[in-house]
Amino acid sequence: MGSPVSTTIEQRRAPWPVAFYRSAVGKKWVMAITGIAIILFVIFHMVGNWKIFLPDVDGIPDIDIYAEALRELLVPFLPEHVALWILRTGLIVAFLFHIHAAYSLTLMNHRARPEDYQGPRTYIAANYASRTMRWSGVIFLAFLLFHLADLTWGIQPMAPETWARGEVYANFVATFSRAPVVFFYIVAMVALGIHLYHGAWSMFQSLGINHPRFNHLRRWFAIALAALVTVGNAIMPLAVLFGFVE
Amino acid sequence: MNITLQIWRQDGPDRPGGFKVYEVDGISAEMSFLEMLDALNERLANQGDEPVAFDHDCREGICGACGVMIDGQAHGPQLGTATCQLHMRKFENGATITVEPWRAAGFPLIKDLVVDRSAFDRIIEAGGYITVDTGSAPDANLTPVPKPVADTAFDAAACIGCGACVAACPNGAANLFTAAKISHLNLLPQGQAERWTRTENMVEVMEEYFGSCTNHGECEKACPKSISIDFIAMMNSDYLRAKLKNRRLVAQ
Amino acid sequence: MTLQLDARIPAGPIEDKWENHKFSVRLVNPANKRKFKILIVGSGLAGASAAASLAELGYDVEVFTFHDSARRAHSIAAQGGINAAKNYKNDGDSVFRLFYDTVKGGDYRSREANVYRLAHESLNIIDQATAQGVPFAREYGGLLDNRSFGGAQVARTFYARGQTGQQLLLGAYQALARQVADGSVKLHTRVEMLDVVIKEGRAVGIVTRDLVSGQVSNHSGHAIVLATGGYSNVFFLSTNAMACNVSAIWRAHRKGAGFANPCFTQIHPTCIPASDEFQSKLTLMSESLRNDGRIWVPARPGDDRPSGQIPKEERDYFLERMYPAFGNLVPRDVASRAVKRIVDEGKGVGPLHNGVYLDFHDAIERERRNVIEERYDNLFEMYERITDEDPYEVPMRIYPAPHYTMGGLWVDYNLMTTVPGLYAIGEANFSDHGANRLGASALMQGLADGYFVLPMTIGDYLAEFLNQAPVPTDDPVFDEARAGVEDRVERFLATRGSRTVDWFHKELGKIMLEYCGMSRSEPGLNKALSEIPALYEEFRADLRVLGTAGGLNQTLERAGRVEDFFELSQAMCLDALRREESCGGHFREEFQSDDGEALRRDDEFSHVSVWEWTGDPGQPQLNIEPLTFEAVKPSTRSYK
Repeated sequence: MGSPVSTTIEQRRAPWPVAFYRSAVGKKWVMAITGIAIILFVIFHMVGNWKIFLPDVDGIPDIDIYAEALRELLVPFLPEHVALWILRTGLIVAFLFHIHAAYSLTLMNHRARPEDYQGPRTYIAANYASRTMRWSGVIFLAFLLFHLADLTWGIQPMAPETWARGEVYANFVATFSRAPVVFFYIVAMVALGIHLYHGAWSMFQSLGINHPRFNHLRRWFAIALAALVTVGNAIMPLAVLFGFVE
Repeated sequence: MNITLQIWRQDGPDRPGGFKVYEVDGISAEMSFLEMLDALNERLANQGDEPVAFDHDCREGICGACGVMIDGQAHGPQLGTATCQLHMRKFENGATITVEPWRAAGFPLIKDLVVDRSAFDRIIEAGGYITVDTGSAPDANLTPVPKPVADTAFDAAACIGCGACVAACPNGAANLFTAAKISHLNLLPQGQAERWTRTENMVEVMEEYFGSCTNHGECEKACPKSISIDFIAMMNSDYLRAKLKNRRLVAQ
Repeated sequence: MTLQLDARIPAGPIEDKWENHKFSVRLVNPANKRKFKILIVGSGLAGASAAASLAELGYDVEVFTFHDSARRAHSIAAQGGINAAKNYKNDGDSVFRLFYDTVKGGDYRSREANVYRLAHESLNIIDQATAQGVPFAREYGGLLDNRSFGGAQVARTFYARGQTGQQLLLGAYQALARQVADGSVKLHTRVEMLDVVIKEGRAVGIVTRDLVSGQVSNHSGHAIVLATGGYSNVFFLSTNAMACNVSAIWRAHRKGAGFANPCFTQIHPTCIPASDEFQSKLTLMSESLRNDGRIWVPARPGDDRPSGQIPKEERDYFLERMYPAFGNLVPRDVASRAVKRIVDEGKGVGPLHNGVYLDFHDAIERERRNVIEERYDNLFEMYERITDEDPYEVPMRIYPAPHYTMGGLWVDYNLMTTVPGLYAIGEANFSDHGANRLGASALMQGLADGYFVLPMTIGDYLAEFLNQAPVPTDDPVFDEARAGVEDRVERFLATRGSRTVDWFHKELGKIMLEYCGMSRSEPGLNKALSEIPALYEEFRADLRVLGTAGGLNQTLERAGRVEDFFELSQAMCLDALRREESCGGHFREEFQSDDGEALRRDDEFSHVSVWEWTGDPGQPQLNIEPLTFEAVKPSTRSYK
């Protein structure tokens, strides 16, 4: 019998949510739920940004009005920015859990097979997407940090020289007029699509959502979601680069 | 048939191991893969070389003793087939076949192609049973079990414990093995009394020895009994419920 | 005759014997049970169920298996089902009918009292297994389904698809695992028993070899239970698993346990024929296939046309021709002999002319293909995987193969051998199947012995030894046995001959199958008895075992098993030679009716032949236990 690759039951006695998260099955639950939160954000973000395709309202770009409205969400019930920060905090926590769970499961899996097969492997079910989750995830994370520095924080040289807080439309056009940025963006969206191709299917398994009648739809759902997110996001910088939006 | 075998040879867990190449000619296409290994061993012995150690027993695909990686696939290229039922006609004449032991921390190597799978027994000991002392059972027809439930429970119970799921899993996870036993017992009315403690204990002992499931689905394809990963989903669902229910049961 | 063959059959009418006995045996108080250590060798249906049940009662149990896990025992391969006299089908079944069918099926060579108890306990087995979660087949109403099986006119067979043995074994294995987790059972895996230790006429321990480390060690207990299965692998090619062997019971036999009816072996008619000389084992196809398949061969010997091109009138449906009443559904022994006779006439089919057709063409036409699929699809798939032929298109080819051994260690009603303190259960003993075992009865016997009989009867022996510690493992008797084991291992490694273990095993198998297989004759058996010792001499002088004793060495393991087969095979031939009658699986060519049917001779051979070890495998001593039939009157079996 092998040496244990994780802690024993006795070492795990803790309040049940903690104990649950300490187990790999629990971490997969957390990854699925945080993944859902993140993907909901991605879709919301994407749909919001499609406003760049809308005409100006009274000379102000529609997307700038939308951005302002986000900052004023739930005002006057809450002060300005508060609702947005609650959402952002939730999102950050989701990211942290998603990344931490992925990291510790990866370590566990490496411990579970310290010596790899010496001959070549032939995979039948495991696909490119499922085997590269951690790489597609890391690429997307790297892009995300760049993207925040570029458009949210305006840090040079990631952000365009003309960057100005609140000028969403102008910043948007400025940054995506740079071909390398668009390229990075496209690469990241493809990575995200690949990540979702497996992730959106996998989460049903992790959450134990399983019904013989609907199981065959899970893969189609994942394909549709991956395609929507990749294409839906990629058209925006491409539209800028090729001059449809200026 | 003439084939070239590239077989992992290793004298013991702490000894260095490596591939050795053997040319085997005059193989019949009707032979099973293990009979081909028998023929190789017979020749090795006649040459004065120690035969290749490999686990095997019933040779009809039910005991679960056999199992090696054949060209990077657990139990070889034929789906739903244990190594003992794989026949040489599935290979090309002149092929080079790579044979490796299962590799996982939970399955330490003993010799050549033989590994120690007793971690599976530890998982069963953690709760893979229904507590019923001999003699205390009620009449068998006292509890009807709907036929679809009994059939699904059987699909899970068909597991032969060979370890191919762990071997094939890119993460070295034993979720299919564990889920199959949990589902078999959790589906049946007889298994309800211990459902939640069983699930919690078996999952946690499993995780002491094996990796985590990331839903590749490779185990299902490697399984000689083609057990579905749907059972893993059932286990995942039951595990969260077990965490809640066990606390509630204790509180009472 | 020097063995004490007191079967200890309880008094009273047959229905009451077991109840009377349970009341009369000595009991061990629950608090005292933990003071008794019981060593169980083997973890199949009998061993695992006995170990779990004894541990539940409170005994201190240790289990030894040479497999890597208790779940791998060969009970797992049983396909068809398990009989029980539940009469859920309302078709007139009863404990007495199951008892009657089993005694008759065994051709009146089994012990009535034991068989009645078996039939009685069959009811409890189904309850126990169902409660354990064994997924038996069910009807749409949710209740258990039954099917009919060879040799019975009622449907009493409970089944779990074609994997009944697997599911029952996993039930017993899981019950055992619960006790292991509980600390009540200590389980030794990859440990093989190589000798029994006797002190002052009682079994006091065993000597084992750890197959991974090579470590030889002594284990001591108050009682030893052998649950090590049958010895069909003496034929080399059989339906048994590769590792099945006689060594445990043969070593016990050498230490004084009588070996009963070694020549009673069962040949199963429907197995896939050997495809080449490297064939390592034969695969059984369930007997149920004969319900719909028709068996035939070309009428003209040497007719090599493909089956589809042979017109109906040029085919010989020989079972239907010879046995018009039962046709293709004659019992196993009758079918096997008929097939052998036909193949010996040169009418065999297939590339090696070593099989007969089992044809589903007519059934598919009659019933539609999907009906046949529902009944047999998993078997058809298995057949196709092995032979690469699709039974829906071309007929299956089948040939009989050694399958089960009714003979084994002699045991009394308590399942104790002639050595006090040494028990044999399951296929390892001889008691319940006489000269022929009916289908779906092996699982029943293994579980009855393990769950319900041994846990009741073992206390009767143990009670005597209350507060006596087991013999210490450093006692000289242990040293002696252990030295014998070590010497033997060294001898195999030191021979450094030129022939491999498998070569000898195959040669021995050929002799046994030819002369002591499906049909036996005096000249043939005498020939075998002269060839086997010669081959055995060669084995001792020219064996090649490579590697060392200090680690995993699978050839070394096999060498000991094959050597024991060499000794056993002589006892089998001697027993077959001396039993001058044909009964059940034992067919002597000299004793047949004019139309080739078995001639049983109740006047001379209505007894159990119990062989006693004398030190010379060619000269064992015969002992007799007469069989008396009070509840069932012996009659001639007829299937015409």
